[in-house]
Amino acid sequence: MGVQIRNITKTFNKFVALKNVTLDVQPGELLALLGPSGSGKTTLLRIVAGLEFADPGHGQILFHGEDVTYHSAYKRRAGFVFQHYALFQHMNIFENVAFGLRVRPRKLRPTEDEIRDRVFTLLKRVQLEQLAKRFPSQLSGGQRQRIALARALAIEPRVLLLDEPFGALDAKVRKELRRWLRQFHEETHLTTLFVTHDQEEAFELADRVAILSEGNIQQIGCPKEIVQHPTNTFVHDFLGLDI
Amino acid sequence: MNWTSLFLQCERTPQPSRQAKGLNAVLAAVLVLVTGWLAVEGISGGLRWESVAPYWPLFWKGWLLSLGLSVGALVLSVLIGLAAALAQRSRVIVLRYLARIYVELVRGTPLLVQILIWWYVVFASMQNGFRVGIGMLALAFFSGAYLSEIFRAGIEGIGKSQRESARAIGLTTTQTYRYVIFPQALRQVLPPLAGQFASLIKDSSLLSIIGITEMTQTAQNVNAITYSSLEAFLPLAAGYLILTLPISLWTRSLEGKVRYET
Repeated sequence: MGVQIRNITKTFNKFVALKNVTLDVQPGELLALLGPSGSGKTTLLRIVAGLEFADPGHGQILFHGEDVTYHSAYKRRAGFVFQHYALFQHMNIFENVAFGLRVRPRKLRPTEDEIRDRVFTLLKRVQLEQLAKRFPSQLSGGQRQRIALARALAIEPRVLLLDEPFGALDAKVRKELRRWLRQFHEETHLTTLFVTHDQEEAFELADRVAILSEGNIQQIGCPKEIVQHPTNTFVHDFLGLDI
Repeated sequence: MNWTSLFLQCERTPQPSRQAKGLNAVLAAVLVLVTGWLAVEGISGGLRWESVAPYWPLFWKGWLLSLGLSVGALVLSVLIGLAAALAQRSRVIVLRYLARIYVELVRGTPLLVQILIWWYVVFASMQNGFRVGIGMLALAFFSGAYLSEIFRAGIEGIGKSQRESARAIGLTTTQTYRYVIFPQALRQVLPPLAGQFASLIKDSSLLSIIGITEMTQTAQNVNAITYSSLEAFLPLAAGYLILTLPISLWTRSLEGKVRYET
């Protein structure tokens, strides 16, 4: 179960971004997609989110057993966090987090009190409840990214998808947030896919790492396994391993 | 002395420089003197208002018609502009091209020519009784093309990631436009929107060509009867100002309200 990616191929015009990729993310697992620029890792994540669609005709995406291959993004209930936060500039922090709940059809919408409770629980969880009334522009990069995460979590996503979430932050904040995210994952065990080009980040955070290059998965395994037994020269060179 | 600093400022300084203050005072004094002199001249015999006085009710009627025409055309043009802007973003190729052609045709030809075509070609067979309606339509059709470009620029100015994050937290396409794109785009387009609205009001004067007795036509008539040109056309200009100034002020105040730091 978890997320199953089956035989996904994606071409942009004539460029093949993903070549028949198959990958299983275990339930409760944090899996990192690691690779250089242009390796297809972000494309794969976006296809899982439904922001992009794989070449029609073959391939499947399953969330906990449900086929969502042709569901558009808003139906998938996947929490997505962008590299550049993409908070709604015209809403304050509280509204940003609450928004995914507010726009639900009346039958599925929580009451105002429930929404407030849930938003403040999430804001506490990302340790920013004192900023509820602020606007995104008044926050630092690290704070914005934590709010983006809270917003993604508010809709109780079935999977969490992070696209280079710490890429735009400075080194110190990046390290803090990395640790914080790991701890957060320990508490929630939400099935998570995490895209990064930073191997240190991938190896420190993830349960398992999938290494991509030129639209193919080169190797997948837990960090130790990959470092000790790289399967091919690409992985070996990419990780900068000696002999 | 730094001349640029008199006219440009990089950031809002709490106090204007001494030179800027001096220039302000001199200019204000000159303006007051000139206006005062003109006013005194006018009252003391330069302007003969009594010659146009019997026609004030006509002016009033013409002004009301201009107002009605403008408001009607404005509402209609917003609808047309919005539809054309969205059509240009449609997935249906035909819609996209139709909207594109509409915009190019309208922006590439003079309004006067368009009015004549609407009047003498499109509605040639049913002119009587629909004069004002046809004029309003011509005006709305013209302004709609400009508005659609303003709206489109506003919509496209909102980053892709805003749209995508809206989709990712479960907003439908309609909701994404309604709650995420439009509110942010509106703020961007307020200044050009105000300009376009003012243009529309002023352009309504061209409808006099097809015999609608709105403000300009009325003033021309009064001038033809009384030969008091200045006394006929000064109120005309003032009449348009009364219509356009509130729009300008209103959008300024609105801009202040929807402002947020970026």
